[in-house]
Amino acid sequence: MDNFAQAGVVENVTCPACGLLCDDLTVERDAASNLKVSSNACQKSVVFFNRASQSSSPRINGKPADLAAAIAKAAEILGNAKHPLFSGLGTEVQGMRAVMSVADKSCAVVDHMNSNGFMRNIQVIQNSGWQVTTLTEVKNRVDLLVVVGTDIVTNFPRFFEREVWNKESMFGQDTATREVVYLGGRNINTAPGVSPDGRQPDVLPCDIDRLPDVTAALRALVLGKKLYATEVGGIATSELEKLAERLKNAKYSVVTWAAGAVNVPHAELTIQNITEMVKSLNKTTRSSGLPLGGLEGEMNANQVSAWISGYPMRTSYARGYPEHDPYHFSTDALLASGETDALFWISSLNPDRLAPKVELPTVVFGHPDMKLEQEPDVFIPVAVPGIDHKGIAFRSDNVVSLPLAQLRNSALPRLGDVLSAIEQAL
Amino acid sequence: MLIKLTGGTVYDPAHGINGKVMDIYVRDGRIVERPRDEERIDQEYNLAGKVVMAGAIDMHTHIGGGKVNIARTMLPEDHRGDPVAHSDLCKAGCGHAAPSTLTTGYRYAEMGYTAGFEPAVLPMNARQAHLEMGDTPIIDKGGYVMLGSDDLLLRMMTAKKDQNAINDYVAWTINASQAMGVKVVNPGGISAFKFNQRWQDLDENNPFYQVTPRDVLQTLSRAVYELGVPHPLHIHGNNLGVPGNMDTTLNTMAGVDGYPIHLTHIQFHSYGTEGDRKFSSGAAQIAEAINKNKHVSADVGQILFGQTVTASGDNMSQFRNAGHAHPNKWVCMDIECDAGCGVVPFKYKDQNFVNALQWAIGLEIFLLVDDPWRIFLTTDHPNGAPFTSYPHLIKLLMDKTFRNDVFSRLNPDSQAMSTLASIDREYSLYEIAIMTRAGAAKLVGLHDRGHLGVGAGADITVYTDNPDREKMFAKPDYVFKDGELVVKDGQVVKVTWGGTHAVKPDFDRGIEKEISKYFNDFHTIKMDHMKVTDEHISEDGRGYVIEQECKGRREKTA
Ligand code: SF4
Ligand SMILES: [Zn+2]
Repeated sequence: MDNFAQAGVVENVTCPACGLLCDDLTVERDAASNLKVSSNACQKSVVFFNRASQSSSPRINGKPADLAAAIAKAAEILGNAKHPLFSGLGTEVQGMRAVMSVADKSCAVVDHMNSNGFMRNIQVIQNSGWQVTTLTEVKNRVDLLVVVGTDIVTNFPRFFEREVWNKESMFGQDTATREVVYLGGRNINTAPGVSPDGRQPDVLPCDIDRLPDVTAALRALVLGKKLYATEVGGIATSELEKLAERLKNAKYSVVTWAAGAVNVPHAELTIQNITEMVKSLNKTTRSSGLPLGGLEGEMNANQVSAWISGYPMRTSYARGYPEHDPYHFSTDALLASGETDALFWISSLNPDRLAPKVELPTVVFGHPDMKLEQEPDVFIPVAVPGIDHKGIAFRSDNVVSLPLAQLRNSALPRLGDVLSAIEQAL
Repeated sequence: MLIKLTGGTVYDPAHGINGKVMDIYVRDGRIVERPRDEERIDQEYNLAGKVVMAGAIDMHTHIGGGKVNIARTMLPEDHRGDPVAHSDLCKAGCGHAAPSTLTTGYRYAEMGYTAGFEPAVLPMNARQAHLEMGDTPIIDKGGYVMLGSDDLLLRMMTAKKDQNAINDYVAWTINASQAMGVKVVNPGGISAFKFNQRWQDLDENNPFYQVTPRDVLQTLSRAVYELGVPHPLHIHGNNLGVPGNMDTTLNTMAGVDGYPIHLTHIQFHSYGTEGDRKFSSGAAQIAEAINKNKHVSADVGQILFGQTVTASGDNMSQFRNAGHAHPNKWVCMDIECDAGCGVVPFKYKDQNFVNALQWAIGLEIFLLVDDPWRIFLTTDHPNGAPFTSYPHLIKLLMDKTFRNDVFSRLNPDSQAMSTLASIDREYSLYEIAIMTRAGAAKLVGLHDRGHLGVGAGADITVYTDNPDREKMFAKPDYVFKDGELVVKDGQVVKVTWGGTHAVKPDFDRGIEKEISKYFNDFHTIKMDHMKVTDEHISEDGRGYVIEQECKGRREKTA
């Protein structure tokens, strides 16, 4: 058993600060339980682990309260609500199981803070499906990586280090020869796409709002259609033709996007251009999509919701059985229409993700460092998964789940325990 | 707590009991000897005229893991047709083709099932499979871990590693995945697909490795046997769904040097190429081969008409079949240099020649295989049909008039291609009890389940005898799980959680050095983080691991 009271060094720590869930970090703990990432760090993991350990106590209407009173008050608010909403949902698997249980009991809606982006992928799955791959396959097989509308590294800092410019690969490929193409976006950071021997990636910039046209054009070219325009979104058609040829000639191309970055109306159609193009490529060669996600536990929320309710996020138990509607049950829509009469906001991984400002009874289950702009009726600081308690998290590729470790003692309660207590009190 | 089940008509094939009126006593979750006369009976159920069997065991049902969750996510329209509201006892969910986990558990129990085994646990997705099964109430669970297209095995085989080292790796994987057995899916083919191969014959090398599907089958069937794992290698063969694949299936039976094997959803692998449409039934030859080869068992994977979803590790085949998706959407994945998956919704139609013949082929196999201890009742849920159609399937097996009636309404060309109407056999209650209880428990390696002898776990189902077997099996009077009454008149009356069966074959810990290095070099996670610990299964406070016995390691049997 680890002795959390003493200073120590923990190896092979899993980092839940982004969807890559790197599990090779070394984290040092001092006698005061402050943590410091000492190897395999990145800017996001440093922020996540190195925050000073804060003590924080529950509050009711801004006044410090004990946990039991805060739980009782939260249960009262939930019990009085006709249409409660559990949103945010920044937690790991066990916390999410508790969310689903209390949501079922209280006839609530569940939605995640990143659903505006993530739902775009869900809609593609529900409309046409897709052909995708996972990180270890990318690491060993990719020969052409096409990055659509993102730099990847802002949200997933170690992606190139771990999955593209890795030294070893299983099938005799010299990874330094891998080709990287950035398609879309302006002034993005393409430095991580430079190969270890200094080869520059190809960059085909366009404004994000032209991605629908650009992806449609590329898809058409892959299908062998002829384009009469000489440019699309500022990219020369000849460049897109070249890219289409490279995709057809690659042995294992990977086309990646981050749904949250595809900020255009009906972004799901743009993503569908990518995924249907990948399907077409597979008629003759191998190609895979790689949706990048998994921020703030969005994979955990969608996975657990799918097996417990049968549906991903944006599911309502209002009628006593689950119903799913990607538009109607969005946090924004429910708050704007006034349908929701109590908001339960969860963000245990990231203190910066604050609840939307509303004139409703609000309960916040927050990271202890959360600096609130608007004091909710009840604030319950909860332990941070992967630091203060164990847990399980799903990676960006939606297949691999990793155990999160406890790294120090914490007086804070786990979200799952708090929610179970609230459910009991209903 | 002492319970007496009085005067039921008992079918307990493990003890040769075929419809004998007797009393059964249950104490603290176990079946016990008749107590001394002075002992107080706490509860008595008068079962005069009722049919009593052990709880049923589904030895192949896709109830947990990534591909099932993809199917759920992909098919909201299917769920909308079958919403399940919460009650005082049960949580809400939804049913039909890919039900939510909670609904899955309730509905299995309400049909008299007390255990189900997920047959396609990918090592890299094992934790998710167990998480989902952990949220599946009442029934016991377990899984078979998938090997055979994982790069580590193919590398070891190419390097001509000693069988003992391979056995250590297989045993390590079983332990790390908390599995009851090993399954191979399209042996080597999932790997071949990643190198853009679309098809693989039994004796064709993998495009990268010097390994054929036959090599994989031989190596793994031997490994499972030498490790003393009770469940034989569970095989989903090459060329699923392809006309003419019966030859591959026959070759597979002959090609494993007599090591025990289980051929799963064999209906999908029993097709010939006769007739105008070059699609015909191979059921007679397949059944004959099963009858002859005592080392072979099979489950049928019966198809039934209607909407469902196919979910498989065999992405090579699923990609090939994706054009038939109904509705038109599908997901295929390459997974972690470990495996793959393909999820394709499908609607089987009774007026479609191929579908109608598939239906007939499945039933022909059921009826032509002589030994009910070696043939098992499955629809390969949800691939052939959702598990909730089992009572209908039982009626088809037990009632020839009903069967022929349905058959006579199918696509006429398919009727002309099937001998089904000429087969008189009707399954007896005793044979149904073998297929779904005693035989299934023996096959899976559950020593204390599937029978009603003293010491068995008190998983007991009580039915009202009804000539309409569909009605009878759809709604048991009572279901006891570990001695607790969980279902009455086909309705859940108590929610328990069941355990997870697993075997823990011995292996040389030295193998972890090699596996760990492989993970460090090529994988994106550490070896230790792949392992599903007992704690991962129990930490929700409900689940627990039930270790089933292995027969002990056998050395160098070839
Ligand atoms: S890349 Fe993501 S998972 Fe990896 S260390 Fe950085 S924040 Fe953590
Ligand atoms: Zn199956």
